Amino acid sequence: MKTVSSLLDEDWYARYKKISKLNIRSSIYDVTNRCNLRCRGCFFFSSGEHKVAKEENDIRKWETFIDKEMERGVNLAILIGGEPTLCPDRVEAFYKRLPTFCASNGLIKLPRDRFPDLMVGISLWGNGEDEKILRGKDTFAVSSKNYEGDKHTYYLYTITPRQIGQTGKIIRKIRDAGLKVHFQLLSNDEGVDGFFWKEEELRDIRSEMDDMLDKYPDTVISSKYYHEIICTGKMLDRPFGWQECPSVTEPLDSRNPKPKRLIHFIRWASDLKTMHRCCTSETRDCSTCKDGAAHMSWVMVNKRAHMRSAKDLQNWIEIYEMFAKLYQFIPW
Amino acid sequence: MTVETDKIVLRVAEVMIEELKLEDVTADTFDPEVDLVDEVGIDSMDLATVALVLQDEYGIRIDEDDYPKLTTVRRIADYIQNKLNE
Repeated sequence: MKTVSSLLDEDWYARYKKISKLNIRSSIYDVTNRCNLRCRGCFFFSSGEHKVAKEENDIRKWETFIDKEMERGVNLAILIGGEPTLCPDRVEAFYKRLPTFCASNGLIKLPRDRFPDLMVGISLWGNGEDEKILRGKDTFAVSSKNYEGDKHTYYLYTITPRQIGQTGKIIRKIRDAGLKVHFQLLSNDEGVDGFFWKEEELRDIRSEMDDMLDKYPDTVISSKYYHEIICTGKMLDRPFGWQECPSVTEPLDSRNPKPKRLIHFIRWASDLKTMHRCCTSETRDCSTCKDGAAHMSWVMVNKRAHMRSAKDLQNWIEIYEMFAKLYQFIPW
Repeated sequence: MTVETDKIVLRVAEVMIEELKLEDVTADTFDPEVDLVDEVGIDSMDLATVALVLQDEYGIRIDEDDYPKLTTVRRIADYIQNKLNE
């Protein structure tokens, strides 16, 4: 029987043991339906998810709800929206109870005296020009000032096809602001012209992301295997898609057969009652979904499938470590 | 008691091999002391799969909160034996 230690040398085995018992169980929460931006390509608004539920305004109900989520086994709350920083009391209710990650556009700074080590992921959709087209303004100028040098913040850089050949400049700006960056690819839910991925563009951006990781290892939080997965949509020759994705809300999961490797994931709307189908938009085509977290989770729940060789298992370890760093289960 | 536990050890190993499709090992050669997470690479989802089968077979309940204690085939067998003795 292949064992972990028979596949790995001492250093890799030590890395494996640091993450092997984390058993991260995340769920996603829409903190609010409101946002201070309206980005083209934001699935929350493009698919009408901001209208499906009336926000719960009673903070005590949020607190009771979060306690029940923890009883359900959730040990990582991923806060999205709308813009969570518009509702700091709700963010705080999560933060005081369990490991929490807050996605934000970075235009409002969460006060660090109230949230000293809350991990904040700031969305960034390219250079100033692309940001103006897709988001109506260049957010980097504001967000990089708000969070300059912050040890618990990174940029979640959504790369568009127009960014090929441009990523280095952006990464250097992030590095110079004393921050880190994680990549994902635009899924272009609203079909904005010029922002669809072509096969050759995916090949090019994969190579570019690899290059950026080599050049800026202290700034880029990523792995080459992750680049391969999100650019090819394949893991161990299996295609990503509806039948494979682990980030489907479990009580709404109508798949038959239902995958065995599920993590009790739910994405909750801001009324704390309504559930969304999955971690992203119900209107998105799963076969072309580029959601980074869903792809990471897909790898993470398939550990033993990666025990076919030392290299496969090392790839799995790197992705798990990346996820654990992004959500502060292990240090950078 | 010992004979019974040894039978359970073999059965747990069999279920694990069948359900998790482990290769190059049989129930007889499965080391009951090997660490399931650190060496076999199983995770809580694997354990849940195995636990469902064992629960039905032995008519016991394996609480998810107890999973962290079930680190070897031997420990799972002892856990089942204790539940049967309750």
